[in-house]
Parts: sequence; C-alpha cells; structure tokens
Amino acid sequence: MQWEIVIGLEVHAQLSTQSKIFSGASIAYGAIPNTQACEVDLALPGVLPVLNKGVVERAIKLGLAVGAKINSPSIFARKNYFYPDLPKGYQISQYELPVVEGGCIKVQMGEVEKTVRLTRAHLEEDAGKSLHKDFHGMTGIDLNRAGTPLLEIVSEPDMRSSAEAVIYAKTLHSLVRWIGICDGNMQEGSFRCDANVSVRPKGSDKLGTRCEVKNLNSFRFLEKAIEFEAKRQIEILEDGGVVRQETRLYDADRNETRTMRSKEEAHDYRYFPDPDLMPLEISEAWINKVKQMLPELPEARRNRYVTAFDLPVYDAIVLTATREMADFFESAVKQLPSQAKLCANWIMGEVSGRLNKEGIEISDCPISPGQFATLLERISDGTISGKTAKDVFDSMWHGEHDGNADVIIENKGLKQISDSGEIEKLIDEILIANPQQVEDYRGGKEKAFNSLVGQVMKATRGKANPAQVNTILKQKLS
Amino acid sequence: MFNVSLKQLSQQLAEKKISSVELTGEFLKRTRALNPNYNAFITINEAMSLAQAEAADQMIASGHASLLTGIPVAQKDIFCTKGWLTTCGSKMLSNFTSPYNAGVIERFNRVGAVNIGKTNMDEFAMGSSNETSFYGPVRNPWDVSAVPGGSSGGSACVVAARMAPAATGTDTGGSIRQPAALCGISGIKPTYGLVSRYGMIAFASSLDQGGPMAKSAEDLALMLNVMVGFDDRDSTSLQREAEDYLRDLDRPLAGLRIGLPKEYFAKGMSDDVANTVEATLEIYRKLGAKMVEVSLPNAQLSIPVYYVLAPAEASSNLSRFDGVRYGYRAKSYSDLSEMYRKSRAKGFGAEVKRRILIGTYVLSHGYYEAYYIQAQKIRRLIAQDFTDAFKQCDIIMGPTTPTVAFNLGEKNSDPIQMYLSDIYTSAASLAGLPGMSIPIGFGDKNRPVGLHIIGNYFAEAQMLNVAHQYQLETDWHLRMPEI
Amino acid sequence: MTLSFDDVRRIADLAYIETNEEEAHVVLAQLSDIFNLIEQMQAVDTLGVEPLSHAQDVTQRLRDDIVTESDQRERFQAIAPQVEEGLYLVPKVIE
Repeated sequence: MQWEIVIGLEVHAQLSTQSKIFSGASIAYGAIPNTQACEVDLALPGVLPVLNKGVVERAIKLGLAVGAKINSPSIFARKNYFYPDLPKGYQISQYELPVVEGGCIKVQMGEVEKTVRLTRAHLEEDAGKSLHKDFHGMTGIDLNRAGTPLLEIVSEPDMRSSAEAVIYAKTLHSLVRWIGICDGNMQEGSFRCDANVSVRPKGSDKLGTRCEVKNLNSFRFLEKAIEFEAKRQIEILEDGGVVRQETRLYDADRNETRTMRSKEEAHDYRYFPDPDLMPLEISEAWINKVKQMLPELPEARRNRYVTAFDLPVYDAIVLTATREMADFFESAVKQLPSQAKLCANWIMGEVSGRLNKEGIEISDCPISPGQFATLLERISDGTISGKTAKDVFDSMWHGEHDGNADVIIENKGLKQISDSGEIEKLIDEILIANPQQVEDYRGGKEKAFNSLVGQVMKATRGKANPAQVNTILKQKLS
Repeated sequence: MFNVSLKQLSQQLAEKKISSVELTGEFLKRTRALNPNYNAFITINEAMSLAQAEAADQMIASGHASLLTGIPVAQKDIFCTKGWLTTCGSKMLSNFTSPYNAGVIERFNRVGAVNIGKTNMDEFAMGSSNETSFYGPVRNPWDVSAVPGGSSGGSACVVAARMAPAATGTDTGGSIRQPAALCGISGIKPTYGLVSRYGMIAFASSLDQGGPMAKSAEDLALMLNVMVGFDDRDSTSLQREAEDYLRDLDRPLAGLRIGLPKEYFAKGMSDDVANTVEATLEIYRKLGAKMVEVSLPNAQLSIPVYYVLAPAEASSNLSRFDGVRYGYRAKSYSDLSEMYRKSRAKGFGAEVKRRILIGTYVLSHGYYEAYYIQAQKIRRLIAQDFTDAFKQCDIIMGPTTPTVAFNLGEKNSDPIQMYLSDIYTSAASLAGLPGMSIPIGFGDKNRPVGLHIIGNYFAEAQMLNVAHQYQLETDWHLRMPEI
Repeated sequence: MTLSFDDVRRIADLAYIETNEEEAHVVLAQLSDIFNLIEQMQAVDTLGVEPLSHAQDVTQRLRDDIVTESDQRERFQAIAPQVEEGLYLVPKVIE
C-alpha cells in the first residue's frame, strides 16, 4: 500500500526580550545557576505575575506577519502539573483565546509554493532545567530559565514529508528572526520543534492516529525523527497493528523515537483562567503601532526584487532567506542600481560559498556591502575581469588594504588591459608564434581558438579584457 | 492606654507624652501576660519590634511622623514579612523566614508603624474557627471555651484582648468580618483590588483581600489610609486616586437608605442575633435612616459557589508548596514522587487537603463545566443581585454571622456546619464588594454579635461613616472582655 | 452525582497528596457531604450567563520590558531544604 505522511509542527520560539514574561529578572543565556531567578520565578509564597509588554508586542508582530487574527481580549490560563523545574506547580500559558489565532506561512518547495496554515500562537513561560549531573544520587535544579517568555506556534497538519516539515521550520525560523522576535539560536534552545506525525493510506482524507515527537533541537533531527517515526508507524500498520496515541521522545544518538507517555498516562492539566491575571486587551491603536514597527516582510521583498530588479524568482527567494542577506543585497544594489543581477549572482555564489566554508553568518561577513559593491563596480566598468575579481575578493576577505578593492587592484597591478592597441600587438605576436593553432582554427577546429585566447590571457597574466581579446582575435583570424 | 483610639495614641506620641518604645513595651508586656491564655500570636519578636519602635521615635523626633508612626500593629501571619517567620498557620511554612516584604507590610513600614507580632490564623486562611492552625486554636477572649472565628482569629483576638491597638486581617469569604463579629471588634474587607495582594500568601486569588481589624470605625479609617494603595507588582491592584477614609466620618445619616435583604432575615438567624440586629436597626432609624427591603435571590447559593471557586483556585495556588525550594520537606522518601506526596500529605493539615481535593476535582477533566464554569456563572448572578439592590438603597445591613461564637470543637468534625458560618459574608466576597462588621451587643452566653454592613464598590468611606455614627451613639466597641 | 472511592484516589493522585486507604474513606465521606451542598448549583438556569472570573471589570496592566531584579541567590537558598553548588537538590529526576 502507498502511505501518506501527515505532519503538524509545534514550535517554541523564545522571545528576545530583556526580562522574563512575568518578572523583572534577566533572561540572558548562560548565567550562573539560580542567579537569574527572582522571588517571582522561585514562586515564593505570596508573589504575583505581571505581564511583560515586550512579550505581547512580539506576539502581535508574529500575528501580523502571518496574517492572523489578534485576539482581544486574550486570556492567560494555568496548566497544572508537578515537576521540580516548575516552581509554581503550574505553568502560565494560554488555552482559550490565545493572542494569535489562524494565519498562514507560504513555503517554497523547490519551484512550488505551498501554504501551511497556522492553528494558533500562544504565550507561555518556560520551565527551569534539571541538571543530570549526579549529586550523590540527586538531581540539581536551575531555575534561571523559569519564566523565560515563549511563543508556541502551532501549525495545522499541512505537511506531507519530512522535507516539507524542514522547509516549513526553516521558513518560520527565518521569519521570527526577520521580524526580530527571536534570535533563533537552536543550540541554546531558542527555537525548539515538536512534531505531530501520523500516516494514512494515500488518497484517504481521514487522519491517522498521531504521535507527538519531542526534543527536536535541530533541523536535521527534525527530519530524521519524522522519517523514523513515519516508518515505525507504517511498519505497525502493515503488520496489521494499530498506532497508539502517545508522546515520544527522539533520541538523536540512536536515531529512534521512544515512548515518553501514552494517552492513558496523559496529564489532566486542569486548565483554568489564571485569577492573578486579568483579560489582556490589545487595542487597534497598539496593533497599528506595531504594524509601523514591522520591517518589510520576506514575501513582499521577494516580489519587489522580481519586479523592481528584474531578478528571477529563484534568486529573489534565495536572497530573502534571511533579512541580513536581503539587507546586504539591497545596500550593495543601492550603490550599483544597474547591476542587480550581478550582485545577486555574486551573493548567491562567491559570498554564500565563502560564508558556508567559514561557517559564519552574513552579518559577520568581513566585507561590507559598500566594499562589495565597489568590487562589482570594477567588474562592470571593465577595470577587472570576473576572474580577477575573485582574487580581489579573496584579498578583501582577508582584510588587505582595509578591504578597499581599488587599492588592492592598484597595488597588485590587477587592472585589466583594455587598450586595444596593446592587445592587438600582443595578439599579433602570439599568432606568429603559434602557426599550427592558427592553421587548425582556420581548418575548422573551434578548440584552437580557445587555446589562442588562453595564450593571450597567460601573456597578460589574466589582465587582458577577455571580451576585447575575443573580438580582436576573431577579426585577425577571419 | 489599652482602650484608647489610634488617634489618641498618635497624639500622645506626637506630644511626646509617651515614646513608641514605651508604648510598644507596654503592649508587649500585656501580650506576654495574656497570650498564653489565647494563643493569638504565632511569632512575637520583642527585639525586632522594639528596634522598629526606636526607628519610629526617631521619625517622630525628626518631624516625619504621620498618624500611625510608632503605633504597634499586629500582622496576620499570612503577610510575608522580611526577617520574620511567616507560617500562614501551616506546618508547611513552619520554617519559612520570609526573604521579602508584602506590599502591605511595606506600607506599614514606610509610615513607621511597629510590627508587634504575627497573629495566629486558620491554616492558609482556610477555616472559620481558627482551629485548623498548625499552631493550635486561638481562644475567644470573651469566653475561652469559644472560638474567635476565622481565619483572622488571631488578629481578632489580639484586638479584642487589647494586646495591640489594631491588626491586619485577610478576607476571602468572611475571614475578617466573621472573627471581628465573634470577638466584638470592628473589621472591614475593602473592595477587591484596593489592598495589594503582593506578598499576601494566596488562598483564592480572585477573592482574597486584606483589610484592617480594630476597635472602631475611626481606627479602621486610619488603618485603611495606610493599607489601601496601588501596587504595580499585583496585576489586580487598582490604580485610583488616593482617598482619605476619615473624610466622611462626621456626616449625619438622615435620609440614608438601608437595604435589608429579605433572604438574610428569613431564617437561619438565631433569636439572640436577630434581636440584637433589630435593636441596632432601631438606632439607625433614630439617626434618620430609612429601611428598605431588598432581595438577593441568589445569595443562598453563595456557599456552594464559594466552595467550588475558592478551593479550585486554592488547589492551584498551593501547588507551589512541594518541599523543593523552601518550606517543609518530608524526612524520608524513596523517590521524587514520594517526596512530593509525603511532603504535601504531612505539611498540610486536614482542612487544607480537603479543599485542595475539592478544587482538584472541580477543575478535573469532565467536571470543569458542570462545577467551575457553573459556579462562575452563578457568581455573576450574585453580583448582579447586589447591583440591582443598590439601585434601591445606599447600604446593605444584616447579621455578620447566624449565631454568636460557637464552642471550640463544636463544629470541628462537621465541615458543612463550619462552612455555613460564612453564609452572610461570602456573597459580598464573590461580588468583590466591601463588607464590614461592627460590634452591636451581646447574645447567648454573653458572646458578641456583629452587624454586617455591605457597601457598593468603593463605598468604604460611606460605610465607615455609617459605622462611626452608630459608634458615637453606643459604646459596644469600647467594651473589653474581663481579663 | 456521587463521588466514588476511585475519584478520591484519582484526585489525591493528581494533587500529589499521599493518601492511604483509611484516609481516603474518611475524605470520601466528607467530600460527598460537601458535594451534596455544591449540587444545589445545578438547579440554577444559567443559560446565556457569562462566567464571572473577576468582580472588577478591568483589563490587564503590563510592565515595561526592563530588568529590575538582581542576584539574591544566597538569601533565597538560605531557606531551601537542600542545595549544592547553587542548585536546588531533589531526588533523581527520571525522564
């Protein structure tokens, strides 16, 4: 039988505020244990939560970016369960009336655009951490993370493969960073994924029993976990068994998922509206203010690149993968408006390749967009060839002459020879020195032409303008 | 000295007739002698009280005094008090020295009032007789075989026995008003949101409200002037312009429309209480007030509603007591789960556990709609009843409790009977309205009777006026138990 | 409705309160009385009535996103049952 995999994702994005969601303690990562857990975070008797405005603002931003409904009033509820890293014995979350409801994210699956619908995005507080270092058989609890603001973004089961799930997760990851609500640092746990996976016979419109797979803290694990889980479910069904609804944990070391708790063991969370927190009103005026703060969104930019710069759709998509890359592109183009495609090619090629090789982000690129644009300007005005430009780029990357392309070209004598008299003279000498090739070319061997060009470039150490060389050589040989 | 008003004490301090250290010393001496009979305090720390008194004397000397500067005030042990043991009447917190101050404590500290001790209370404020305290029951100073009421029974006893000139209490369903009535003193629960709940150990968050307990309405007004105020650490704290609660005390009552809910006068009230209330209403008539019959048709549901909502909130509020970060941890356990379960089983008393279980049940899957949501809907109907009633009257009166103080142990084994002692007070709590009790005489066995006064939202000044005018005509509030 | 012995065991388990069989029977009797009282609510027609969570009809006040708290670990852990290396210790947590 042919099976179809159905996936929905729950993403916990840690919001990039200064302070916690309900207290004035810092959320800076990596602090000494329990030094950023104040009386509210520790749930001392008598303390009360007060909601951080910055947290709500970030949720509104996401809501606007995905075209969702912003609920007003929005309600905070208590989710009750006991765990040593949960000081109050309940987590303040949202149940009915989350801040963000609905909306969708468009994802590019190769050439095809697909829409993934969002169910909701709600605010909640993170728990602390259990440190599994052994203290004579006991566990240590660090509550620094307790109360860190999270936005849980829940999608509809709209994805049909692990690849789609990864693309969706990457698009969302890029979006939350783009609109500045989450730093997206997956190693530090700022962006965590849980996947709801089920399978069904192809063509069926009924959803199969799903399992929630937790602990997916990289895109690679997300992909592998879904693949493993789908395979596991298919094997069960093909053996005539039934899939049990349960929560499973992904073990990256063994690349497998295993049962955390079954549906029967599922907690009775006893959600109820938190009586310490009144209904949250989000006014139209506030939403409009946030709208003003929102940067141009990736989709809008993509469209603009196609219409204003005449770029292929593919280029526009690649360039808007992150806001930093798009910004880099735009500052460069600003200096070189007629050469958008050249900018695009270089960013997607040389720049991206180099960044990947070095494993750094474009925001840390040692060459500024201005310096980069100057380099491209020298290509387009014929000062250097594209090939030479790569050498100049390399020098710039290493910070030679403060990354100034003109100084590097000057000092290294890389300026292209564009004086046609000089080139003609050179070609004449080469034709005389290589009668056999001349003969061959005239005899119909096209290859011989390339060899002659190569001789010219070699003689000028690559500085001759290749277009000019081509034209003159053709004249001489005809 | 022990039976004079806060104003008079304040004047004596201002005129340097007595220092705060001397005044505090006198009350501490009296407490030392009397408290063993009543068990009204959980913690007395003479050194810390006297240090505060000394600082108050310096404030007075430097001309920075206000009305409560240097005055000893007893604090209910539900308010977190930095450096003081703060137990909430529970074994669970029997080792908890608070590292921070409640908003209310800060406000008293700011004006230089002296904390004279932490008063006994029902465990986590759950009780109406002060018998659920881990520290043992409090006795009623009018009759040591009787309960003082609860949950603020320690505070009520302290004021009645004049071990402190005034005290703080908290009221969730009647915990200020009921013990005030049973101990023959005055107490007011303000409109929900006026007194900060920050640092006031939560029982039922949507109902809990701190308030003063004192000898007279005038003293309550002075206390309210300190206690009421916005606190940005409490999301339910109301941002309002500051009021002077003394401002209306002297207003004549001519034309005042007093609403008498027919349901409160129908049945359930014992004869001695009924007669005492009737005599009181007669005085109000003489003062020019008019009686209007009003109806609170849903009021009789306030006990069932209250016993769904308050335990529901409590079951969640008390989840933080797990023996991980502070408080009681069981001595022996085999694993994490057992540590939790044993610590909570042994750290909480029977009544607290009962309420946690009720609350857990009504919030659990499949019961939430039928209990919790239904209770919240009836809560709205109850609040609406009051809104309707206040269209016909300015103030509502009735008995605070159906009977005078009962005997220790009398209702201990019957939770329902105990719960019914809040029958008249819980409706106002559910509606978030201010409620007050003042002493109006004595009933059976010569035990005190209280008059319940319910005002409209933010009508505290008017309620104090109504009570003060009565207290100008009578001297019940000045009666002291024979000690 | 009537409360069962199993209900009592279930809620005691949810509330993390150790309850032996004998205690559970006592609790069952008391809770049953209380729920009989609570049952009065079911007679009320509340169709179309909005639940009331708070008596005051006010909206939530927000705080600015500013760090206001500093490290007080030493003071807070002075009252903790068991700490080591700045961590709160509990019996082993098994995931």
